Amino acid sequence: MELNKEGLLHLYKVMSTIRHFEERGIPETGQRGMSASVHSSVGQEAVPAGVCAHLSSEDYIGSTHRGHGHCIAKGVDPKAMMAELFGRASGPNKGKGGSMHIADMTKGMLGTNGVVAASIPLAVGAALTSKIKKLNRVAVAFFGDGAANQGVLHESMNLAAVWQLPVIFCCENNGYAESTPFEYASSVEALSDRAASYDMPGFNVDGMDVFAVYEAAGLAIERARAGDGPSLLECKTYRYYGHTVFDDPLTYRTKEEEDYYKSRDPLKLFREKVLPEGEISQSELDSIDTDCLNLMEEAVEFADSSPMPEVSDLYVDVYSDYPISMMKRGTNMSI
Amino acid sequence: MVEMIPSVGRELLYREAINEALKQEMRLDDNVIIMGEEIAGGAGREHLGIQDAWGGPFRTTVGLIQEFGNERVLDTPLSEAGFMGAAIGASSTGLRVIAELMFVDFMGVCWDQLINNAAKMRYMFGGQVEVPFTMLTRIGAGFGSAAQHSESFYSLFSHMPGLKGVVPSDAYTAKGLLTAAIRDNDPVIYFEHKGLYTQPSLVPEETYVLPLGKARTLKSGSGITLVGISKMTWVCMDAAAELDKLGIDAEVIDLLSVSPIDYDHIIESVKKTHALVVVDEDTPVCSIASDICARVAEEAFDYLDAPPTKVTAPHTPVPYSRVLEDQYVPNVPRVVTTVKSLYEGYR
Repeated sequence: MELNKEGLLHLYKVMSTIRHFEERGIPETGQRGMSASVHSSVGQEAVPAGVCAHLSSEDYIGSTHRGHGHCIAKGVDPKAMMAELFGRASGPNKGKGGSMHIADMTKGMLGTNGVVAASIPLAVGAALTSKIKKLNRVAVAFFGDGAANQGVLHESMNLAAVWQLPVIFCCENNGYAESTPFEYASSVEALSDRAASYDMPGFNVDGMDVFAVYEAAGLAIERARAGDGPSLLECKTYRYYGHTVFDDPLTYRTKEEEDYYKSRDPLKLFREKVLPEGEISQSELDSIDTDCLNLMEEAVEFADSSPMPEVSDLYVDVYSDYPISMMKRGTNMSI
Repeated sequence: MVEMIPSVGRELLYREAINEALKQEMRLDDNVIIMGEEIAGGAGREHLGIQDAWGGPFRTTVGLIQEFGNERVLDTPLSEAGFMGAAIGASSTGLRVIAELMFVDFMGVCWDQLINNAAKMRYMFGGQVEVPFTMLTRIGAGFGSAAQHSESFYSLFSHMPGLKGVVPSDAYTAKGLLTAAIRDNDPVIYFEHKGLYTQPSLVPEETYVLPLGKARTLKSGSGITLVGISKMTWVCMDAAAELDKLGIDAEVIDLLSVSPIDYDHIIESVKKTHALVVVDEDTPVCSIASDICARVAEEAFDYLDAPPTKVTAPHTPVPYSRVLEDQYVPNVPRVVTTVKSLYEGYR
């Protein structure tokens, strides 16, 4: 996507949609008794918006436990996502996955994933499919700084480099793996330095600035599409809330640090950069925010009015072909 | 309906039957690719005239790279988590990937990809994705390979909803079940027994599919049901011959699938024979053997003249020294003694 007026408005709309989805959807999910495993990406909106602006629905992404933003940026319907969070049958996963497993194969969205780093090799595999079938698609593996120290990331980076696959390893470094600071848990100051180990370019950008993300992601994705192999893109970002909604982040970080990052809020930075140029007016952006606010109202209504799964769905989609009688044999299940 | 015991064909070794199934399926469907460690061997040395240096650690994949090229026959780095995850990702986006784990003992390094992605994606994504993925791996003690190259823990995989598993016992079932595994739209774990590779049996030349989840009866009998898993099927057959001399007419079932498990086939047999011994090279706790015994106890209690019984490896790692390993693997005398004690104790 070009950053003409339409492109700029798209970037802002994606970020605003993510912001409003998190701010409305997570407490609403909590009120329905299902908040235990929902992770807010408020503060991190610039990364999925800036990266996915270069992707079509044919391209692939793998995502994380903090993955609502990736879904939205890749084009997954927020109303369906809200229904998924509420455990409704109208969710993309029919209420079987929830926040940590939202997938939409029609959008190339290979799933948010509850195991840190587990989706990374899936993106590598999708890139292999693209290469072998000559589809000219790329795959982005989103992961956090916690995943940076998982072995499977390193295996995946090596494999993608050896096979020259069109993969972008995109680290959203928000500074904390749960409560453990990145500087404690990692041997390097910048994860992007590790790209050298796999002979791939390493980009290190300000992940609060959607334009910086957009520019670096563009280079990495162009490279991948040209058949020149993988890149590592580290985006330094911040989550405004805790790991989940239950922890108080001030038990492991400072108010000053939070204030600093909030002063560089991605939506605010966007406005500060774009409004002075005069092509886009404040009211246009305000109106996007209002639309997003209204969309979330609709999403909550849609989700609440959607049916719950049938209890018999418990046994559906475990396999393509397997006797249901074998799934409950010897269990004394009542359904 | 394909027959479970071949009547026509030519003699092929177990490993040759695996190779034939791979080649035939790769010819039929361009989406089928195979990857793993040393499956061709000497990778990337074509410029030195080197290709297919190993043809697989046990020569089950020999000749594939010559016929299908290095885009569809991929030697991997020693990175099981990475390449098994990539195989699962590729399988969920349009390819039909066969990936080889050299020995099942190495499962620990890629277990997460199998249980959290392959097994669960279809379900947790609400049926949006199929994962037509086949993992080939190897089981079996008896070769002095010690604790990390000899295990038979197919039970771990059977425990996981979303995975299927097969344990072919001869060349005929090796080919038919591999063809079925590759064509199946779910993840299937295919357990090759190292002790069977050079065993010959009749194999039809044309392609055929044996059903997943179906056992077969290799010998009919009325006195006791012996269930064998993989190579242990042949221990059961040899034990049945010995028991015959003692006047005990054993029925022998070859399990063939460890998920789904063909309980019905076993229970039908037990209703006739009124006794069961499961012979399993896996360890005994939470095992296929203990599961079958439990199922039979629950569902055929009234038919039993004796407690459902197991002959298995002990709850120990696989030892190295021959004198110890010989004791570890179930053998004919142990099965015969077990059956005799059941006869003496309960009949």
